[in-house]
Amino acid sequence: MEYIPNTKEEQHQMLKAIGVETIEDLLSDIPSEIRLTRGLQLPPPLSEPELKTEMLRLSERNADLLHHVPFLGGGAYDHYVPSVVGHLAFRSEFYTAYTPYQAEMSQGLLQTIYEFQTMIAELTGMDVANASLYDGGSALAEAAMMAVKITKRKTILVSSTIHPSYRAVLKTYLSGANVTIIELPSENGATDLVTVGKRLGEDIACILVQTPNFLGCLEPVEGLAQEVHRHGALLGVSADPISLGLLKSPGEAGADIVIGEGQGMGCGLNFGGPNLGFFATKKEYVRQMPGRVVGATVDTKGRRGYCLTLQTREQHIKRERATSNICTNEALAALSATIYLSIMGRQGLREVGRLCLQKAHYLKHRLCEIKGFEMAFARPFFREFVAKTPVPPSRINKKLYKGKIIGGLDLGELDRKLKNHWLVCVTEKRTKEEMDHLVAAVKEITT
Amino acid sequence: MSESLIFEKSVPGRKGYSLPDLDVPEVPIAELIPADYLRKDPPLLPELSEVDVVRHFTNLSRDNYGIDQGFYPLGSCTMKYNPKVNEDVARYAGFAALHPLQPFEQTQGALQMLFQLEVALREITGMDRVTLQPAAGAQGELVGMLMIRAYHQSKGNLRRKVIVPDSAHGTNPATAALAGYQVQVVHSNADGLVDLEDLKHLVDTETAALMLTNPNTLGLFERDILKIAELVHSVGALLYLDGANLNALLGLCRPGDMGFDVVHSNLHKTFTTPHGGGGPGAGALGVKSRLAPFLPVPVVEKTEKGYVLDNRRPRSIGKVHSFYGNFGNLVRAYTYIRRMGAVGFRKVSTNAILNANYIRTRLEKVYPVPYNRFCMHEFVASAKKFRDKEVHAWDIAKRLIDYGIYPPTVNFPMVVEEALMIEPTETEPKENLDHFCEAMLRIAKEIEEDPELVKTAPHTRSVTRLDEVRAVKQLDLRWKPA
Ligand SMILES: Cc1ncc(COP(=O)(O)O)c(C=O)c1O
Repeated sequence: MEYIPNTKEEQHQMLKAIGVETIEDLLSDIPSEIRLTRGLQLPPPLSEPELKTEMLRLSERNADLLHHVPFLGGGAYDHYVPSVVGHLAFRSEFYTAYTPYQAEMSQGLLQTIYEFQTMIAELTGMDVANASLYDGGSALAEAAMMAVKITKRKTILVSSTIHPSYRAVLKTYLSGANVTIIELPSENGATDLVTVGKRLGEDIACILVQTPNFLGCLEPVEGLAQEVHRHGALLGVSADPISLGLLKSPGEAGADIVIGEGQGMGCGLNFGGPNLGFFATKKEYVRQMPGRVVGATVDTKGRRGYCLTLQTREQHIKRERATSNICTNEALAALSATIYLSIMGRQGLREVGRLCLQKAHYLKHRLCEIKGFEMAFARPFFREFVAKTPVPPSRINKKLYKGKIIGGLDLGELDRKLKNHWLVCVTEKRTKEEMDHLVAAVKEITT
Repeated sequence: MSESLIFEKSVPGRKGYSLPDLDVPEVPIAELIPADYLRKDPPLLPELSEVDVVRHFTNLSRDNYGIDQGFYPLGSCTMKYNPKVNEDVARYAGFAALHPLQPFEQTQGALQMLFQLEVALREITGMDRVTLQPAAGAQGELVGMLMIRAYHQSKGNLRRKVIVPDSAHGTNPATAALAGYQVQVVHSNADGLVDLEDLKHLVDTETAALMLTNPNTLGLFERDILKIAELVHSVGALLYLDGANLNALLGLCRPGDMGFDVVHSNLHKTFTTPHGGGGPGAGALGVKSRLAPFLPVPVVEKTEKGYVLDNRRPRSIGKVHSFYGNFGNLVRAYTYIRRMGAVGFRKVSTNAILNANYIRTRLEKVYPVPYNRFCMHEFVASAKKFRDKEVHAWDIAKRLIDYGIYPPTVNFPMVVEEALMIEPTETEPKENLDHFCEAMLRIAKEIEEDPELVKTAPHTRSVTRLDEVRAVKQLDLRWKPA
């Protein structure tokens, strides 16, 4: 077996050194009643060439986005991944390592995490960021739990414009905790500030919103922040880092915790995972923060170096009193994001944002020229918008697919109130030609 | 010498990205987004050319250490070789360039892969259903605990307590607490196994579950597992397996046949998905059929119309992942399973056990093994005897770095003082095991002859020992411009 080096002869020498005859002798602690007396019923092993053919066939049963043009977002975005990202992140010194427990043997990785924390803090306008969480959903849940611990209040307000999956994950995470979750209604595609004002009080730990939200609209974070802080609650904002080259950081707008999904930063789509949860906050809350964090320090000769720090918050030390149960995180995705942000740089991230913004508005404009199409909400948006359609979007999507276009999300399939609402996404990768193509096809279908 | 930070290398005006020109008429941004939503200055990201970025991260990678470079006996983490074919397959466009919200007709291959992976993991673990949604072991634990909670709730008795051995991994008590349980600790006996008498005292009708690791974190098989299962089940509680150590069991025995009701498996350990420098992982969770109604949504099902994601499961605990889990890792794990087959897996477990016992035998005289008997895939030695030289397990770990070996897990499990937890895995050749043993024996000599050498190690890396106390006291978690 190519992954198991020792030969029969070597195994023999080792058994002899141990002082037993056969490997069976080493298994005496496994009670015979539970020993498997048959072979596992698995498909027969394939050689490497056979395996590749088999797996390629399976992969070809999917409509991949190299051969189809997506206008689909809804929490996973087809942003361009520069070639360097994969080549560097998948250097095997990085990707076959584990959590850098032994700092002196892991300086390279530790430094990249420190750089990641710096970039996330800078983009979000926060003081500190952790080394990553699983995804946007669990990051939202961790933010809520931290707010509950800090404020010692037991009710949280969650905007209904947050991604439905994130809200679902939040609910699951908090189902064992004694916390009440109240959903805030929306008004014209964003969190309804009037209800926020009415609902805030001494019992509220935090308000959670997302911007751009699930419907593509930008949330009035500043207005929210003022309200929230007047009541001693915290404001948690789930943000999209791709938008933050252009948009004001949630920190500057008054957020206390900024979390979100970083998949757009060089991680690719991968059918929804691995994704990249990130978590940033103010320095006064750093000891309540979940997840690993890297700090700079010095070695015995006074040279700069990096190590995991503030570990007394974590499960391996605090056990049932840890700030979170997370152990393995999304380090490699965080590394990909760090490389992505390094290559895009100061101007590049802003340029990606400009391209998304301009192109999305172009498509909106062209779609709304078609009879029966109009914008569902009058709000500023970034890369994604909801159009009302004269026929069910899934019908439009079926037709588009014949021309190798993957249309936007049919929101009516998630929420009956949003029947004939189409969530359309335009990243920097979409061209005018592709958009004109989409518009022509849509016209044909609906008129 | 250590590398400067990427921010320190930035040169204003340098550019490393390549994007197409805007091909639609530009509208002034002020007409699209109100000024108070906009960032005034671009964020302080570095400005570098492509070659600058490539050299930066390449040089950093050279100051790091992965399995591809050498031995990595980090106990409990199963740092085995990650086959390269997994990487090729995970990059096939049909897997990598696939959007999670495409209609099912467009993703049949992905759903079929998930379905077949579930079927294979059911067989390997002996469970009835498996969810692939958890993004890591700890999230698998959370799903398991919440399902156990939902199960007891459905029986009309919520139950307050979860029992966890003193030797358990930290995520076990942390997760039980997160799920709303009161954590009770059951002690280990003189053999390093669950103390049955202590367990009998603790188990009652308020017990929701016992979270057990088997083989346990000492690398020992819980010989009384059937008695433990009977005891736990006798009060209506459930038995949870932290299956992080499944590598030792493959093809030999199955959690489902030992009485476990719920088991998570870390695909980033046993099933060779790379550890990624700390993640992503994948924490598949298997359950017996009586718990299946509570599985997180969506569940992959095979219907006449093909494979679908079923979200309509009224008793489900809900969602735990934004989409369907770490799909890229699931592709890798499935690829590995198809490469190995039943015969391959038996070779994995038996060679992992053989390698561990070989090291144990070579080291036991110099590094006492407090619970010393045939071990499974790993064992825990103690460095306590070196305390009189003021040398700790931690120092030995640091000195191993100078021998070019990644150190074992230290100071865990907590039931062994000065613990050195050693897991060689099956993918290590004998000469590397020998090199490791010789390094360990030489370090023991060094402690006798020149303890300072060990206490001040490592001496061969880009940095010497780092001041971790200062890192906490003078927190510096990000770079700031001067
Ligand atoms: C015994 C044991 N249980 C649980 C875990 C947690 O798994 P993860 O790190 O994937 O969350 C680990 C590994 O880290 C482990 O070794």
